[in-house]
Amino acid sequence: MLSTSKLSYRYNNENPIVFPDINCAEGEGWLALGQSGCGKTTLLHLLGGLLKPQQGEILIQNKNIGSLSSNELDKFRGKNIGIIFQQSHFVRSLSVMKNLLLAPYFANEGSNKDRAKDLLERLNIGHKANSKTNELSQGEQQRVAIARALMNKPKLILADEPTSALDDVNTNEVIQLLKENAKAENATLIVVTHDNRLKPHFENKIEL
Amino acid sequence: MNLFGLSANSLKAKPLNTMLSLILFALGVALISFILQMNHQLAENLRKNVAGVDMVVGAKGSPLQLILSSIYHVDFPTGNIPLEEAKKVQKNPLVKSSIPLAMGDNFESYRIIGTNHDYVKLYKAEIDVGVLWKYDLDVTVGAAVAEKFDMHLYDKFVGAHGLSGDKVHVHDDQQFRVVGILKPTGSIIDQLILTNVSSVWRVHEEHDDHDHDDHEGHDHGDHESHDHDDHSGHDHGDHDDHDHADHSGHDHESHDDHEGHDHAAHEDHSEHDHGEDNHEGHDHSDHEDHSGHGHKHDHTVPDLPPISEEGKEITSLLIEFRNPIARINLPRIINSQTNLQAALPAFETARLMEITGMGAKTLKYLAYAIIFLSGLSVFISLFGSLKDRKYELALMRVMGASKGKLFVLTILQGLIIAIIGFAIGIVISHLALHFLSGAMAAQWHYSFSGFKLLPAEWLILAGAIIVGFAAALFPAIVAYKTDISKTLSLA
Repeated sequence: MLSTSKLSYRYNNENPIVFPDINCAEGEGWLALGQSGCGKTTLLHLLGGLLKPQQGEILIQNKNIGSLSSNELDKFRGKNIGIIFQQSHFVRSLSVMKNLLLAPYFANEGSNKDRAKDLLERLNIGHKANSKTNELSQGEQQRVAIARALMNKPKLILADEPTSALDDVNTNEVIQLLKENAKAENATLIVVTHDNRLKPHFENKIEL
Repeated sequence: MNLFGLSANSLKAKPLNTMLSLILFALGVALISFILQMNHQLAENLRKNVAGVDMVVGAKGSPLQLILSSIYHVDFPTGNIPLEEAKKVQKNPLVKSSIPLAMGDNFESYRIIGTNHDYVKLYKAEIDVGVLWKYDLDVTVGAAVAEKFDMHLYDKFVGAHGLSGDKVHVHDDQQFRVVGILKPTGSIIDQLILTNVSSVWRVHEEHDDHDHDDHEGHDHGDHESHDHDDHSGHDHGDHDDHDHADHSGHDHESHDDHEGHDHAAHEDHSEHDHGEDNHEGHDHSDHEDHSGHGHKHDHTVPDLPPISEEGKEITSLLIEFRNPIARINLPRIINSQTNLQAALPAFETARLMEITGMGAKTLKYLAYAIIFLSGLSVFISLFGSLKDRKYELALMRVMGASKGKLFVLTILQGLIIAIIGFAIGIVISHLALHFLSGAMAAQWHYSFSGFKLLPAEWLILAGAIIVGFAAALFPAIVAYKTDISKTLSLA
């Protein structure tokens, strides 16, 4: 489902970051652990098609995403990859529901309100559908971000430090929800983090 | 959700910035549209009123004043010209047709013009009710005058000396009688009271007598008794229009006195019959009267002794050239070889537009400056919000939006402000025009229409769209080039 080979990335004149080869099967959950500055976010951006690989290959569903044009990559990402960030970003002028509906809109999928409602219910924030995103707590925001990442039924879900801003209770809840929903959609989940609290939740680990 | 909705939402999220941009845009557009409309409608009015007049001949003075007074009826005449001299001009072979104008009186500031029926044809005016004037002191009034003073057929009024409406001297011994009302034409004739030239002479002759004679002696003299006769005849005709019994008594006297004249009048009426057939029931009964004895009540007016043309003056002549050579030669001949002045309306109107155009030009530059400022405001607002929006933009890219979509998203915000600003501006300018047209009609006897969109105003829309686009272009390029990875890493 996802595999990388000889992947490395180099910022300006710094030493190149070399990543270990990764092989993830469909529906698996993976944890990529590493300290700050070891290239976690770079890896996530490479896997998510936000950065183009300079060396090596990334195959997602047998597609070499490094060979896609900028527009093709945007389309591919919108349809197949859901990304959750450390800090949740939203279009602030829009409600929770409309933020969710942006995902299918930009990916050229049909607007699917039921799916959005269903996801919000599953994540226990159905009652916040019409709230503005800045009226939500950190934990709630992270759940909305998860719901948005799941909107287009992606094959790959990437999470960048999804729990670093959360307390233990919320961390457990959010990571459980992530795992459950990824499984429910049969999506591959990769969580990139330095948060050791997450170690017990995953069997498959990548050390960076 | 779509790009348009998203753009509108972004604008709504910053209401103050958006308002400022909109107000500036609307102000600039309103100013330009207003100037365009004023200029256009002024030119239209000027053009319409020039009608088929190639040249105006009047007393020496300012040519512009001559045109203004004789064609647009806004300024005072340059003076009068001797009828004899005018006749010489009329006989010139280069003159195809000419219409005399005699001024000097007004009714509540509406000018009473002594002229002939060609003047009505010149403006293609049609009779609404009644007939065109025929006898001295009969008038046919323009639609606007009739409406303003609620004038009806056979109403009477007295004119005042002068053209301005100050009641310096009221000719209360000379009453004008309304015999017809014209349909609205949209030209200056709507604002005029038309009669024959000798009516104007008559009013002023009486007036001159006043000046020369001892007032008391004059009042009790032959004029007074004459007036008596006149009025009694007048009043009968007026009040008892349909009262045959009354007429018959009255008519017999007149009939005996003016046998020959009656016939002439009768013939005249039959000429007018075709026109009168079109009128309402009221007129029909009148018409029937004519066939029998009714025509005689009209001729109460010609009881007035005919006025001699000797030593008389008129104000000006409206001239149509016979051929293009006349345009070159005739003004030169008149201006150099006679005591008269010839002025070309086309030339003077162009000069007038040039003078008024100066002010309009200055205002236009001001409007351009305001539009530029509004563009700047859009730019600053969009560019400033880019910083706040960069995560949103990056996020949209993550969700699959292409660079092009972010570009369009930003450009759309500029365009939305431009188009809404344009719409508000047009509404403001046209409302202003609408309310102003009322005031203009009262003061200048001109009317403007507030609800016509000129082709040039669509050009303003095009201009507004270009400004909106240009203002949003740089922010849009920045949005297009957003580096998602870098933006999101910095979070």
